[in-house]
Amino acid sequence: MATRGKKAAERVKLLMDKTERIRNIGIIAHIDHGKTTLTDNLLAGAGIISKELAGEQLFTDFYYLEQERGITIFAANVSMVYHHKDEDYLINLIDTPGHVDFGGDVTRALRAVDGAVVVVDAVEGAMPQTETVLRQAMKENVKPVLFINKVDRMINELRVDAREMQTRLARIIDKVNKLIQGMNKEKYKEWKLDAAKGNVAFGSALYNWAISVPTMQSTGIGFKEVYEYCTAGNMKELAEKCPAYVAVLDMVTEHLPNPLDAQKYRLPVIWHGDINSKIGQSMINCDPNGEVAFMVTSISVDPHAGEVATGRLFSGSIEKGKELFVSGLYKKNRVQQVSIYMGQERVEVERVPAGNIAALVGVKDAIVGSTLSSVEMVPFESIKHYSEPVVTVAVEAKSTKDLPRLIEVLRKIAKEDPMVRVEINEETGEHLVSGMGELHLEIITNRINHDENIPIIVSPPIVVYRETVQEHAGPVEGKSPNRHNKFYFEVEPLDPAIVDKIKAEELTVGKDRVVLRDKLMEAGMNKEEAKNVVDIIEGNVLIDMTKGIQYLRETMELIQEGFRDVMTKGPLAREKCRGVKVKLVDVKLHEDSIHRGPAQVIPAVRNALLGAMLLAKATFLEPMVEVFISIPQNLFGNVTRELQSRRGQILDMQTEGEMISVRAEAPVAEMFGFAGDIRSATEGRALWSTEFVGFKPIPQALFVEKVLEVRKRKGLKPEMPKPGDFLS
Amino acid sequence: MLTFVGLGLYDPKDITLKGLEAVRTADVVYAEFYTSPTGARTIANLEATYGRRILPLEREDLEERAEDGILRQAKSKNVVLLSGGDAMIATTHVDLRLRAMDMGIKTRIVHASSISTAAAGLCGLQSYKFGKSATVSPPYGGVISSVPYDTVRDNRARGLHTLLYLDIGMRIAYALELLESVERERGEEVLKHSLMVGIARAGSDSPVVKADYMAELKRYDFGDPPHVLIVTGELHFMERDALRKIAKAPVIPAGR
Repeated sequence: MATRGKKAAERVKLLMDKTERIRNIGIIAHIDHGKTTLTDNLLAGAGIISKELAGEQLFTDFYYLEQERGITIFAANVSMVYHHKDEDYLINLIDTPGHVDFGGDVTRALRAVDGAVVVVDAVEGAMPQTETVLRQAMKENVKPVLFINKVDRMINELRVDAREMQTRLARIIDKVNKLIQGMNKEKYKEWKLDAAKGNVAFGSALYNWAISVPTMQSTGIGFKEVYEYCTAGNMKELAEKCPAYVAVLDMVTEHLPNPLDAQKYRLPVIWHGDINSKIGQSMINCDPNGEVAFMVTSISVDPHAGEVATGRLFSGSIEKGKELFVSGLYKKNRVQQVSIYMGQERVEVERVPAGNIAALVGVKDAIVGSTLSSVEMVPFESIKHYSEPVVTVAVEAKSTKDLPRLIEVLRKIAKEDPMVRVEINEETGEHLVSGMGELHLEIITNRINHDENIPIIVSPPIVVYRETVQEHAGPVEGKSPNRHNKFYFEVEPLDPAIVDKIKAEELTVGKDRVVLRDKLMEAGMNKEEAKNVVDIIEGNVLIDMTKGIQYLRETMELIQEGFRDVMTKGPLAREKCRGVKVKLVDVKLHEDSIHRGPAQVIPAVRNALLGAMLLAKATFLEPMVEVFISIPQNLFGNVTRELQSRRGQILDMQTEGEMISVRAEAPVAEMFGFAGDIRSATEGRALWSTEFVGFKPIPQALFVEKVLEVRKRKGLKPEMPKPGDFLS
Repeated sequence: MLTFVGLGLYDPKDITLKGLEAVRTADVVYAEFYTSPTGARTIANLEATYGRRILPLEREDLEERAEDGILRQAKSKNVVLLSGGDAMIATTHVDLRLRAMDMGIKTRIVHASSISTAAAGLCGLQSYKFGKSATVSPPYGGVISSVPYDTVRDNRARGLHTLLYLDIGMRIAYALELLESVERERGEEVLKHSLMVGIARAGSDSPVVKADYMAELKRYDFGDPPHVLIVTGELHFMERDALRKIAKAPVIPAGR
């Protein structure tokens, strides 16, 4: 690897400036459809790893847990050179995880790339996560090409004939096309997948071969020949004649856009500044001589260099010593090192020009999603992901001497992985870590235990509920303790469409109230309310419906503080609230500010809202997942039993040959330990995955039990709260 | 019976004879110090001077728990509540009195001197020439209340003086900074050209009274709190004379 790697690195450096020969790509797929195996093939083709090892090495799975489990956990970056039609091309590749627990990584990786190789298993076809990641790609205006993997399994396991094989492959292409059409009508015409156009390839990444219509013409090996090679068990020869990396990288260089072309149509989607401004034009043109505009898509920690911020350079060039603004901070950081990626290694370079993926050391104030720039600019749109951390474990250091280090490590983890929420409690020493699922949390706690060498005690996973209201209540009066001020609130459920919009677009009350008003109105809020929204938190809104009340402006900050306090600690069991619309309808204030300070206003607002929510029939929402299971028909009974015992509901079933695929919905709370149970219930023959689908009201029969359960766990009085506890 | 007794301005001896009698004959004596500065008073020196056990009360005891505490006791016993300044200068006490009346408790007030009259007296301004008062409170969440500034401006427009109370422990220099930042934000110059009087430790043996313009007053060393501030309006010639002699005001141009 050493010499090969070095040589490859030299060629990468030469190509960084030739923007039209750069391809920034990602590989996206449903779990186990073979992304990482395909990545290995591409690296082997580029001479970075040996061809013999491709398919087995899982080169981009750096983390020992990844190699152990055979899945990809973090998105990894690799640059390579591919020689195509007498020209060298620089391919910057980001391998992304497919397990749903790590969905945030996929979304961030997509911001950095212009094109994506969508990998679909020939036997399973497009799966729910294929759809999820594809939708994210379409939203970011990332162009797809398709690689249908595991064609050998279709032939050897499903025993289809050559004709049936082609029909099935065509069906997969149709399905993916329908998805693309539904997600991005505008681009569909141009981006439609069509084997004849050459933007689809077929093959087996494990056995290192692939074909496409263009390779069929040059090698003379088509579906019929492939079928024969596979049935004859001679895929080795097939791999020599039709190496997978050639078919796929030909497709990438021919059909995926270079940064010059891509930035022209991607920029309006990912950046909402003025396109005609100097920096806007510089990004549209991917100008290496313009001002620097860089977006951080991941942060990792290098034991020697410290924090490394990786991302996409949309404009300008970055060299060592450059001072860059960090968005939202009005502060500059100095770049200490600039590098590009070669497999596991970062290779330091003098400078990186626009259009490339670069890694920066020294920008210590940057977080994932930060915009780094040489002049102050409108930051890039925040990266949107569609899942929320809903599973929590409590983490405690075994030895008190590790307490300070544990806090430090938890903060670091939260910084690196935006899908992790950490709540540090220095008083009890018991810290809460929330993540996307059991596996995600297992990886994190493993890291603390082993990589960081801090022995910790981890609680069994618990589910995080949300509190919401089911009816309208109010006006409810909240009096300040000194009785000099009165606040009148109404609460009611917030339309789910508005909650979704707030969550999906991370809406907050910023400087531009008009934009916010319009966005809320788009989601269905009436104008009178939309223009008076003064605060948004956790999918709840505070609306000021009062008019002309003197000194309210001086008090609003305190009212918001009370509102936020209740929205992050609801009346039932101090869980976060969601979907609550709070309207301030009247206020009576004492004129002198000394009589309406924090000690007066915050409790008045807090008690009014806690009481009002209980009057409005507060209830729990629980996080739900969709479960997709594919099993042989004779085991169907075992699977339904397993689902029913977990309050699961089957939404859809489809039979294909011997197999049956089931789509069901179940509460996250009931899914703990599902992996083990489904394995033993189906002799390990079930293929399954889950996907977070949002929150649903808890069944009435479980309501009191679950509220009391959470109250007990948090050390609250084990009684159901009543409005009278908060209202006088 | 609930008797509100004012402690007067500064030390234990500022109570009135009538107040002292009430303290000595009461069944229980409470004191609260959160509505006004303590000056040179502590529970210990009040107890020593009056020869009574005195129980301190917190804000919550009066605002949130009065019905189950002080008011319940007052139904059957003679209860005295001591507070700084005049007995009724704090609006909270009016509220407490109303709640006592709702519970059928008899109430009585024993007055004492208050900074609201002493401030004028100490510097020689005439008490009937004051407009509305206001309190300068510390900013919260970056928001500085504009009420004190607006009050001064409105009073000045009508030629009236303004007495500004300062939050407990606040010093004149800091209060001026807050007022000045509101003025700067408004782009106005009302305070800049107003003669002001700073007063520290009214009622003590060593009160400080100094009149000057904002820029100079900000730098003046008034010593320990409590402090109050007066922004003057139109001055009567006698007031002008008094400010010069008592408060060491600089030469005051006529008409100001």
